[in-house]
Amino acid sequence: MMNRVASIAWHTFKESVRERVLYNLIVFALLLLGAAILFGSISVGIERIIIVNLGLSSIAVFGLMMAIFIGITLVWKEIDRRTIFSILSKPVRRAEFIFGKYAGLMLTLLINTAIMTAGFYLALFYVKRTLEFADLVALQAVYFILLQLAMVVGLALLFSCITTPVLAAVFTFSLYVIGNFLNDIRWFGQETGSPLVMKFTAAIYYLLPNFSNFNVIGQIAHGQRVPGYLLIANSFYALLYVAILLSAAILIFEQREFK
Amino acid sequence: MERVAVEVLTEDMFAVETIDLTKDYTVGFWRKRPKRALDVLTLQVRVGEIFGLLGPNGAGKSTTLKLLVRLIFPTSGTARILGRGLDEVAIRARIGFLPENPYFYDHLTAHEFLTYAADLFGLGKNERCRRVGELLEKVGLVGSENVALRKFSKGMLQRVGIAQALINDPELVFLDEPMSGLDPLGRRETRDLILELKAAGKTVFFSTHILSDAEMLCDRVAILDRGRLQGCGELREILNLGVSVTEIVLDNPLSNLVEGLRALSTRIVRTGERVRVEISEESRVARALNLILKQGGRIVSVNPVKMSLEDYFMASVSGAADKVYGSRNVEIPLAKQ
Amino acid sequence: MAAPMEFSATRWGRAVCFSFLIVSYVAVVFLQWGIDQRLSAQGRTGELLYATSGKTLRRLCLGHEGLLADIYWTRVVQYFGRKRLEHSRRFDLLGPLLSITTDLDPQLIIAYRFGAIFLAEKPPGGAGRPEEALQLLRRGIVANPDYWRLWQDLGFIYYWDLKDYPAAARAFQAGSERPGAEIWMKVLAASVAAGGGALSTSRLLWSQIYREAANDQIRKAAEEHLIALQAQEEINQLNSLLAHFRNQTGRGARSWAELVLAGHLREAPRDPTGVAYRIGPDERVALGPGSKVDLRLLQSD
Repeated sequence: MMNRVASIAWHTFKESVRERVLYNLIVFALLLLGAAILFGSISVGIERIIIVNLGLSSIAVFGLMMAIFIGITLVWKEIDRRTIFSILSKPVRRAEFIFGKYAGLMLTLLINTAIMTAGFYLALFYVKRTLEFADLVALQAVYFILLQLAMVVGLALLFSCITTPVLAAVFTFSLYVIGNFLNDIRWFGQETGSPLVMKFTAAIYYLLPNFSNFNVIGQIAHGQRVPGYLLIANSFYALLYVAILLSAAILIFEQREFK
Repeated sequence: MERVAVEVLTEDMFAVETIDLTKDYTVGFWRKRPKRALDVLTLQVRVGEIFGLLGPNGAGKSTTLKLLVRLIFPTSGTARILGRGLDEVAIRARIGFLPENPYFYDHLTAHEFLTYAADLFGLGKNERCRRVGELLEKVGLVGSENVALRKFSKGMLQRVGIAQALINDPELVFLDEPMSGLDPLGRRETRDLILELKAAGKTVFFSTHILSDAEMLCDRVAILDRGRLQGCGELREILNLGVSVTEIVLDNPLSNLVEGLRALSTRIVRTGERVRVEISEESRVARALNLILKQGGRIVSVNPVKMSLEDYFMASVSGAADKVYGSRNVEIPLAKQ
Repeated sequence: MAAPMEFSATRWGRAVCFSFLIVSYVAVVFLQWGIDQRLSAQGRTGELLYATSGKTLRRLCLGHEGLLADIYWTRVVQYFGRKRLEHSRRFDLLGPLLSITTDLDPQLIIAYRFGAIFLAEKPPGGAGRPEEALQLLRRGIVANPDYWRLWQDLGFIYYWDLKDYPAAARAFQAGSERPGAEIWMKVLAASVAAGGGALSTSRLLWSQIYREAANDQIRKAAEEHLIALQAQEEINQLNSLLAHFRNQTGRGARSWAELVLAGHLREAPRDPTGVAYRIGPDERVALGPGSKVDLRLLQSD
């Protein structure tokens, strides 16, 4: 089974590369370069903070766009182009297909993020003229970004099995945004004082993916490390949530017919 | 690769068997109505034969094939492939499937795509290389294997499709309109390929709306129309149904002879210097030949005219059985036991 | 024939299209320039905050508040620089911009320190709002309780802008007890408590600011203040020298040459910017013409 999953994953990755998806890195590089040069003239002590903020935020945003734009067509494209006929008529379980597609996109995102992170450290070196061990703390933020992307890809893949790309993009992005506001939603529910609303907002808080747990860019920029318990807890959270999303996707996909 | 206990299927077992296979679709946006795409289809395909599924567009041919390879699910009824139920994933390691109007990954080359297909069957690296090379040669794509599929013409895509359907050396091959988009050379090659498969002991189940192909290849055919099985049987027997007419072609016969033959024949057609005489009863053929020889007429040819598959097809589809069979009122046999 | 005519018609069509494109683009550029002229003539120089609440903005950021804080910080620097360039006396947006910046990133220390100097400083050097600066600093101390330099800045505002020496001394003292505080904080606390607004104390404070300056504007302001302080000190010394001369000779000196001759000075004294001091008609030392020293920086309200 793993061989087939790996095969599908590898081909999904190859497709991204061949479609020149990785060219976004050029835009990223230009952005960082421009920022490094520009902000250098504004103020001295804050250069490092700006590069870290800009670099990590760019990695997150580019990764997010990629996760959504590629994720929403992952399954849909195969169905629309009917390439899926020659895959599913072979001894490939539908679950394996879903896993393979997911793994392929995650591989693409991983490579993309790794290259961007390398570029980020280059920019940091250019600005600071030196790199210290303490700068490695930014990798914690990158790790959390990857965890977020893993959940977003799961969402996009799930919606890709259900609906058209445009709607899938809207739903995925909306859930990402709402997932950042869950704390406010729950607080708002508590403020209203109505037990029904409070229960509703509490349910939303727990059921929807909570992305705000992973936002550590600000503190990383000030050189603060992420506490150990958060590293572990978030890893498990992402793992569990991705499992939920993939299970749902598989359930839906198993019933799907291809006319 | 998963090891599947292979049952050896003997001649009298079925490669494909459907029992009351039915497929309904719901159409309509607000009020959903069911539309029956396949209605209680029951047929059998024997091991080692070439079976043709014929029918006009929209008859349910593709639906049948997709049900059998599990791309869609039956509303009711069952089917078995190589003795196993449709649910078994492993059985698909022993079949090949060519979809209608195949469309493959734009960004891959033919070689890469076939390698991918072979991967999915779990073929080892060496065997994979070997099979891919063999099949590229067999379908005549050597030299184009490193071109991206997006640049392939329809005919070339069809060949790739056939190649990927055979990559695992399947016992049973499903082909949905295999001749579509091919030029005459390609069709000839595909026909030869199908015959080769049969010679190798494989079972071929293909759908087409081109009757001449079916006539040339099939052992048995089934005719679908609007989701219903209209006719099924051995091709030989179908073509022997109906009146067999004998045609005698004469070269510039004397008008006396022609008048004399008129009584015996059902139809006489003159084309330039040739006269074509159709005689429907066998007994009259001998008398006609005697007459011709006595009067010294020059015979160009004597041929039995069989009913064509097209006639049978038209009859099945339009339901006008009597017109073709004339007075013999032959019942069109349904699923042969 | 038809073919050649069609061909040239296509080429002509293309030429027209292309020219239209160029002309329209030029028109757009001019139009934009014209709009800008009209807007600035009407006084709308683009003074927009784009948001009024830092807290709301922080929520909308989806985790990128650090970056937005940095962007607002650059706006602070540009806004302040522009106002200074225009010799404006109003810095209305400085407080709100700094407030939003620190709402977005409460740990952006430089924003607090910048506000401590330029929010509090009287126009045209700053916004002249020491109370606002105090508020900003207090929020900064709450968010960064261990950062002792913010206490230093707090004390600085009390000392320099509000002339509230007891409060200043308390702030310096509190700051000196924070981890990592430098030893001179205690010295500062003591000397302020003892002797109010001594020039030496002021120089100590401003030297610290100069040394720690995290950006050019702060450093430049500190430099100007230090020069002013030094000049004031020199003026005081020269005034007492003149008084001493009068006592000795019974008459007032008219030029530095007399003092040099009398052996009190080696040469005509110059202020820190290199311009010679002059002796005014009231026998008090004043800055020479063309001096870049700005003694108004030392004036109290």
